[in-house]
Amino acid sequence: MDPFAIHLENFTGPLDLLLHLIRKNEMEITDIPIAEITTQYLAVIDTMQSLNLDVAGEFLLMAATLLHIKSRMLLPQIVEDGAEEEDEEDPRAELVRRLLEYQKYKEAALQLDELPQLNRDLYARTAPAPEVVEEGEGEFAAVGLYDLLQALQQLLKDRPEPMVHEVTAEQLSVADRISQILTALRGQQSLAFTELFPTNAGRHEVVVTFLAMLELVKLRLLRLLQSQRFGAIWLTPAVTETAEFDADADEETLGYA
Amino acid sequence: MPDLKALVEALLFGADGPLRSDRLAEVLEVERTVVNDVLGALQAEYEARPRGFFLQEVAGGYQLRTRPEFADYLRRLGRTRPFKFSRPALETLAIVAYRQPVTRTEIEYLRGVDSGSVLKTLLDRHLVRILGKKDVPGKPAIYGTTREFLELFGLADLAALPTLKEFSELAAEADMDESAAVLPEEMPGD
Repeated sequence: MDPFAIHLENFTGPLDLLLHLIRKNEMEITDIPIAEITTQYLAVIDTMQSLNLDVAGEFLLMAATLLHIKSRMLLPQIVEDGAEEEDEEDPRAELVRRLLEYQKYKEAALQLDELPQLNRDLYARTAPAPEVVEEGEGEFAAVGLYDLLQALQQLLKDRPEPMVHEVTAEQLSVADRISQILTALRGQQSLAFTELFPTNAGRHEVVVTFLAMLELVKLRLLRLLQSQRFGAIWLTPAVTETAEFDADADEETLGYA
Repeated sequence: MPDLKALVEALLFGADGPLRSDRLAEVLEVERTVVNDVLGALQAEYEARPRGFFLQEVAGGYQLRTRPEFADYLRRLGRTRPFKFSRPALETLAIVAYRQPVTRTEIEYLRGVDSGSVLKTLLDRHLVRILGKKDVPGKPAIYGTTREFLELFGLADLAALPTLKEFSELAAEADMDESAAVLPEEMPGD
């Protein structure tokens, strides 16, 4: 056998290599000459290593398994307690089972690959999925956490961290901002999310406002709605009669469950 | 009511994925048996007067698909190189398909090699999904195939998978092509 004819990377694993050697030598899979197959297997591994090619651990593990089986085959059968140990399993039995099973799935893999495959052998008539239909107003849905975070990210991106360190005497607190938002909402049906964040507001103000808004949602004083994904986010008072917004913005929507 | 056959054809043409017959029945407000008859008639019609496409039952629904024999031309049209599975990926996919629900340990025992990264690729491509956790120590994830898997291989359901060949058949085949020049191991193009 010319070991150079075999390249380990052509085999998906040690079972694949063993199966190849068995077939090549026309051996009976259920009655493998273990000494012979071990010698051949080790020759392949040796060649790979002498060529400084990495041999995956699994191939080495199989080498050890083969040697172990070989040594067990060499040991005389110990007959204990008379002759009742007839049914001691052949040391090769597990390996044979694995080879047979592996062969089955190896074949199945080839069969699978022969099936007409979408976008390889045939192409499907697929109309593009319809755009989210503009349902008009009234079809508002609760804003998901992900959309909300995206909105915050956008706000912060528009307001880069100032390079200069400045000491500000007065910093807005969350509580202050809560009452400001409530005042702004009084008598209103809704308020645009972006209206809360004037362009001249700094990062600190943005964060405080965002926290204030979340706090209001948590207190069930405010609901966040949008008419389509990635669409504008609207704030609506949750306590007044807002029957036209037939959406259910519970806390889970914001991950406050 | 317009011609039902033309109508079903229109719906298949405009669908964004395989269309289930119960969905068709719902849209058309007719009995499912009527829909099934029409689908059968369409299938026969496309076969009889060979069209560039055929109606394939796939993933529990029906979809218009181009004939496999025109694949070369369609590839030229799309200027795409078709995706090709590696052998480890195919092996892993086959094991998941036939043995599901199956754990990673079971897959690796059958293949004799680490299969973590192959499994991840299959998960990323939505061909395999985690069905749940097995109720044994460590609670390993159990894997199964997805609807996308059925769509990719044009299978109506899992029962439509090719039957697993048992050892006796494989042995017989091996005897037959014993002298054949090409062993599966030496197949080109991995």
